[in-house]
Amino acid sequence: MKKYKPYLLLILVLIADVVLFFINWDLGLKVAVNTGSHILQMLAVLPPIFVLIGLLDVWVPREQFMRYMGEESGIIGLALSVFLGAAAAGPLYAAFPLAAIMIQKGVKFSNILIFLGAWSTMKIPMFLFEITSLGTSFAITRWLVSLVGIIVMSVIINRLMSDFDKQEIYALHKAGLVD
Amino acid sequence: MFEIILYILAISFLVYSFLRDRKKTKMALMKAWKAFENIMPALLGVLTLIGLVLTVLSPKVITAVLGQNTGIWGMILTSLIGAITLIPAFVAFPMAASLLTGGAGIMQIAVFVSTLTMVGTVTAPLEAKYFGWKVTVLRNGFAYLFSFIAAIIIGAVLR
Repeated sequence: MKKYKPYLLLILVLIADVVLFFINWDLGLKVAVNTGSHILQMLAVLPPIFVLIGLLDVWVPREQFMRYMGEESGIIGLALSVFLGAAAAGPLYAAFPLAAIMIQKGVKFSNILIFLGAWSTMKIPMFLFEITSLGTSFAITRWLVSLVGIIVMSVIINRLMSDFDKQEIYALHKAGLVD
Repeated sequence: MFEIILYILAISFLVYSFLRDRKKTKMALMKAWKAFENIMPALLGVLTLIGLVLTVLSPKVITAVLGQNTGIWGMILTSLIGAITLIPAFVAFPMAASLLTGGAGIMQIAVFVSTLTMVGTVTAPLEAKYFGWKVTVLRNGFAYLFSFIAAIIIGAVLR
C-alpha cells in the first residue's frame, strides 16, 4: 500500500477522468488530449534539467568554497554564496544541514543567509525549468529581483541579529548539538 | 528553441564530465535518475489534475478568483497558499503556467512562485532547530514581504 501512496493523486484524477467520459464524452476527450499534451511537454524538458542537477551535485566542490566565505571574504564570499546556493537542487530544508557545516567552518553569517536565499529561489535547474514553463522574461526578472532582494535581506537580518545572537548559533553548532 | 539549447547544454556537460571522470559521471546520472524518479508520481498527478481542472473550469472562473482584477486580495490568497504548502517547484511551475494561460494575473502567480520557494511554514520548526527562532522568523517574514515586491516588479516589467 505504501508503495502506491505517491500515485494516489494520479489514480484519483484518472478515475475522475473516466467518470467524466461517461457524463460528457466530448469534454472527456478534450481533457484526455490536454492532459496528454501537458505530460509530453514536461517529459520533453525534464531529462536535460535533471542531468544538469546530477552533474552540479557531483562536480561543485562545496567544502572547498566555504574556505573563501569567512568574515573578511567581502564580495568574493558574497558571490560564492550566491553561486553555491544557485548551483544546487532540492528543497530548501535540504540546505539546512549544509548551512550547519558552513557555520562550523566559520562562514560569515550574512553569507549563510545569502546561500539560503539563493538556494530557495535562484537555483539554476529551477530557473531553467521556470523559463520553459513561465517564460523567459518572467524567469529572468524574478531571478534578478531575487538576487538584489536576497542580498538586501541578508544585510538587514544580519544587522537585526546581535553578536550575542550569532555567537549562540555558532556555539550550538560548534558543540555539535545539531547534526 | 530553448529546449534544444537545454539539450545541447546538458549533453555537452555530460560528455565533458564523462571524459574527465567516468565514475563521477555515473554517480551524477544516478542522482539525476533518483531525483527524477522521486518527483515523477507527484508531477504526473498534478499534470493530470491540471488537464482535468483547467479543461472543465472556464477561464472566467480562474479570472474571477485569481485574475489581474483581484489585486492585493488575490495576491494575499496565492501568497498564503505558497507560504503554507510544500510543493516542489517542478510540480508547481506547470500548474502556475496553466493558471496563467487560463486567466490568472501575473502578479498573483509571481507572488505564489516566490512565497512557495522562499517561505517555509511547515519546515519552520526544522529551520529553527538549525538557526534558532529569531533567524527563522526574520528570514521567512522578510521573504514573505519581499515576494510581494518581486511580484509587483515582475508585473510592471511584463505588462
